[in-house]
Amino acid sequence: MSRLAVRKTYKLFIGGAFPRSESGRSYPVTSPKGDFLANASRASRKDARDAVSAARKAFPGWSGATAYNRGQILYRIAEMLEGRRAQFADELGLGKKAALESVDAAIDRLVWYAGWSDKITSVRGTANPVAGPYFNLSTPEPTGVVAVVAPADPLLGLVSVVAPVIVTGNACVVVAAERTPLPAITLAEVLATSDLPGGVVNILTGHQAELAPWLAAHMDVNALDLTGVTDADLALRCEQDAAENLKRVLGPAGDDWSGDPGLGRMTAFLETKTVWHPMGV
Amino acid sequence: MSMFEYAPAPESRDVVDIKPSYGLFIGGEFTDGSGPSFKTVNPATEETLAEVATASSDDVDRAVQAARKAFDAWSGLPGSERAKYLFRIARIIQERARELAVLESLDNGKPIRESRDVDVPLVAAHFFYYAGWADKLSHAGFGPDPRPLGVAGQVIPWNFPLLMLAWKIAPALACGNTVVLKPAETTPLTALLIAEICQQAELPPGVVNIVTGAGETGAAVVAHPDVNKVAFTGSTDVGRLIARTVAGSGKKLTLELGGKAANIVFEDAALDQAVEGIVNGIFFNQGHVCCAGSRLLVQESIQEELLAALKRRLATLRLGDPLDKNTDIGAINSAEQLAKIRQLSEAGESEGAERWSPACELPGRGYWFPPTLFTGVAQSHRIAREEIFGPVLSILTFRTPAEAVEKANNTPYGLSAGIWTEKGSRILWMADKLRAGVVWANTFNRFDPASPFGGYKESGYGREGGLRGLEAYLDV
Repeated sequence: MSRLAVRKTYKLFIGGAFPRSESGRSYPVTSPKGDFLANASRASRKDARDAVSAARKAFPGWSGATAYNRGQILYRIAEMLEGRRAQFADELGLGKKAALESVDAAIDRLVWYAGWSDKITSVRGTANPVAGPYFNLSTPEPTGVVAVVAPADPLLGLVSVVAPVIVTGNACVVVAAERTPLPAITLAEVLATSDLPGGVVNILTGHQAELAPWLAAHMDVNALDLTGVTDADLALRCEQDAAENLKRVLGPAGDDWSGDPGLGRMTAFLETKTVWHPMGV
Repeated sequence: MSMFEYAPAPESRDVVDIKPSYGLFIGGEFTDGSGPSFKTVNPATEETLAEVATASSDDVDRAVQAARKAFDAWSGLPGSERAKYLFRIARIIQERARELAVLESLDNGKPIRESRDVDVPLVAAHFFYYAGWADKLSHAGFGPDPRPLGVAGQVIPWNFPLLMLAWKIAPALACGNTVVLKPAETTPLTALLIAEICQQAELPPGVVNIVTGAGETGAAVVAHPDVNKVAFTGSTDVGRLIARTVAGSGKKLTLELGGKAANIVFEDAALDQAVEGIVNGIFFNQGHVCCAGSRLLVQESIQEELLAALKRRLATLRLGDPLDKNTDIGAINSAEQLAKIRQLSEAGESEGAERWSPACELPGRGYWFPPTLFTGVAQSHRIAREEIFGPVLSILTFRTPAEAVEKANNTPYGLSAGIWTEKGSRILWMADKLRAGVVWANTFNRFDPASPFGGYKESGYGREGGLRGLEAYLDV
């Protein structure tokens, strides 16, 4: 007699915990062929607000951690992902070769971003030769809480938008790819075992069109990444609502994650702080 | 009474030649505007200085077309040639410095001491600084050949008419963009003098276009479909509207908006220096400064001593004729702004804070407001939360550094902050925790073209000045 598998309940990831949606709702997730895979939690407006609170709470500690420490943790995420290579490859629902390539690319991307933690300040900061007896230095700092609408590519795309946001010290709330949300929750298990402080990454599954507008209008969200929004009207509405508290907005993007990421996804969520002090004896 | 009275020392206004009326500057020529003309007044006397044309949306369209037409040739010039035009402009600004300073003080109401020693020198320096970048962009960290964006639509405020123009035009041109700039309706005259300077410098027609008018003209610039880049300095409310308008258009946007900066004084601070810094922080330019230190956070243990010293110092400030070289505090820029300052000050009293001003005689004509302190201010008071944009200081207290950080950051704004302490490690700790784009430690209100300026949170986004300031005008 073959053994009956113990299935996983896919829940949300908020503040380092795995709650179900407070709404009690879920939605069926199917494979590309239409086979039932699981019921994912369908997050509500309240879940989104809870996630923002968790991110805000995590922000001072995470942005105050040393760059070295953040880099170590991102590298640790890559290590944990490497250990679950086969599991992710299965979950991606691609051919085996393509799936492994995609997982490997996600791992490598995390390693790449991990190394930026203690270099981005040197590359983006400036020493400013002002016309007077002053010490004057500009350094990049994280923007704060970033709401991210993740692209359809469920693992490589997700890692490619989350890593640049958090490596510099931001905290985020991520809306996972709507039709392929399961790898995002499995990634949350990786994050939860990588010494990443709870609340730095919060992952919501559910309907993009339902969640994104609340995050775009939320007054305690500092920036908005609309990468995964494919509906132009929804993207426009989110960008307009983001104006209310002057959120920094990164617009929708295509879904090719194979190229050189560049610095743009990090710099979009960095502020520049300039400190002056007089020189004297 | 002071021991010696000051004799009046007025700067002569003969150096400026104000025409009875001004048109728009489009395609290198002064042209008529099709909207109704408006008057610009000297806020110190309410005297009409000139009639100025309003640019209608058709006029704005003409200006954008002129800028578009000029773009290919201008962006195609070698950077070294663009640099030379900017150096020329910088030099002419220096040559005509006194004229610019007097005209700025006449139209804006700011003391000649400031327009002469701060505004105009910084304007020239800003053009010099970005001139030097024009042929070095390939070394700026944006790849081998960073490209300009196209036509920049720029809308600037009335508090630093010339300086804000320089912050907008100099980097835009250095990067190869062409511009349509709208100065504020209460202070259009020095921008039009810069237009004349562009002619003297033989800047190619259409590279700089100046359209005058009020909010509608600015809205037309921002919304114009052939504008690739929008830069705005002004209030947070207008900034929100612009961000909403620009959403989805793909235009690059930078916003430098309001502030409610905390100026934090610890008990170990050098008190006399701190008092000078507080005065400079809130009374510089009549407090019409987005990064003004409008919330004084003083450590409880030195509250009384500091307040007494501050009151003594305020009693020596001289308010009056902006063209008098002895004047510290000039005129409020407009009747509208004066009404806003009065309204918020009245709210301060009605909400329970205690108001104090030194004995200070206000001129009979013009728009004036005495330097004012509020003590007993709670964080919930409007005068602790809203930008007053006038010579009004709200004083709050704190006990611990952590409390100072908490209170300083308790605002939707994040433009600037000040720290006064003799302890170096505390400065660095505070500077790290304050959520503001510019932190002045043991100084305040310092500006330099090499130093990036701009805010966190609802104070806007993007930086002006320094290497970071190039990004606003490059397709990167």
